[in-house]
Amino acid sequence: MEALIKKRIKQVLKGDQSAYGEIVEIYKDKVFQLCFRILGNRHEAEDMAQEAFIRAYVNISSFNIDLKFSTWLYRIATNLCIDRIRKKKPDYYLDAEVSGTDGLTMYSQIASDTILPEDEIESLELQETIQREITKLPEKYRSVIVLKYIEELSLNEISEILDIPLGTVKTRIHRGREALRHQLRNV
Amino acid sequence: MKCPDNIVLYMHEYLDEEIEEQDEQLLKKHLQTCPKCQSYFHELEKAIALVQSTSHIQAPSNFTENVMARLPKEKRRVGVNRWFRHHPLLTAASLFIILMTGSVFSTWNKDHEFSVTKQPNLVVHNNTVIVPEGEIIKGDITVRNGDLQIEGKVEGDVTVINGQINGENYLASAGHVTGEIKEVNEVFEWIWYHIKKTSKELVSVFQDKE
Repeated sequence: MEALIKKRIKQVLKGDQSAYGEIVEIYKDKVFQLCFRILGNRHEAEDMAQEAFIRAYVNISSFNIDLKFSTWLYRIATNLCIDRIRKKKPDYYLDAEVSGTDGLTMYSQIASDTILPEDEIESLELQETIQREITKLPEKYRSVIVLKYIEELSLNEISEILDIPLGTVKTRIHRGREALRHQLRNV
Repeated sequence: MKCPDNIVLYMHEYLDEEIEEQDEQLLKKHLQTCPKCQSYFHELEKAIALVQSTSHIQAPSNFTENVMARLPKEKRRVGVNRWFRHHPLLTAASLFIILMTGSVFSTWNKDHEFSVTKQPNLVVHNNTVIVPEGEIIKGDITVRNGDLQIEGKVEGDVTVINGQINGENYLASAGHVTGEIKEVNEVFEWIWYHIKKTSKELVSVFQDKE
């Protein structure tokens, strides 16, 4: 897998754009999921995930081919999402929570044309609840928790992606877990 | 019962799989006896399980196409190279045609100077080669960019490129030339002549080997 990626990167370095399509195809779900779990919004997540791939392409010559490509790519994506949270403007999206309501999104204002079975709705609601609680975490805990429990990366890799010491990663994971324990214990 | 110091830290170390052997023993022993810590630990495990349970979501359809459409344009050179790589047969064929045409025309253009096969007894006068009356030329004659006038006899083939053979008709019938008489004027005729010459040479090479 890594060997295939390296081969494609070398082709991209020679200027072959179509080889990059394969790289995008391989990592798109991982990167989109990472962005979605950090941002909690599909539209923003798609924007950021696309932006991450474009930045990776433009800066591919600065990528050290001896390192793991995914680490580098996740780092670009995570940084973009963190920046996005920090200078977040009040955008309005359909799946953003309507203020003053408890978990209602603009989607609930639109009549649904498909009727979902009871248990599917329940599991969807649970998913939404969990995602909402993740999004409530302070941004520095949110990114480590997503990288650790959703992308299932090692503490060392997380430390590399976020460019922070291993000790800091551990502390943030402990605090993030504490916050989630508190938020999710009654679910 | 008093809970040991650092018991919560041990829980986290355990969850990170980075706990010391003796601390793990202590944690396990304590959890069996302390319901408060037990439920605290269960809440941590539950939070992790819930976060992990969020089903794996996929990127929207057309994601890759959208990314590719937004990339800066690639250099033209690479596109051409890729086309060649994907169409090896066409590439080989067009390369062959280019080289062939090139070599044929360069040979054609190179040959604009007057030249004649060296034979004794031939007289050259103003780009006209004359086989003088009463002389017998033994061997083939090739004249380039000039005329040939035969008054004597040629025992061999006669070829004139970009020129004329004067009095060819009656000379041939009168048996003044024993071999073939050829006049080559047009490019295509000339190419045909070249091909015939090359194949004749090839044939003779093989015949020599036998």
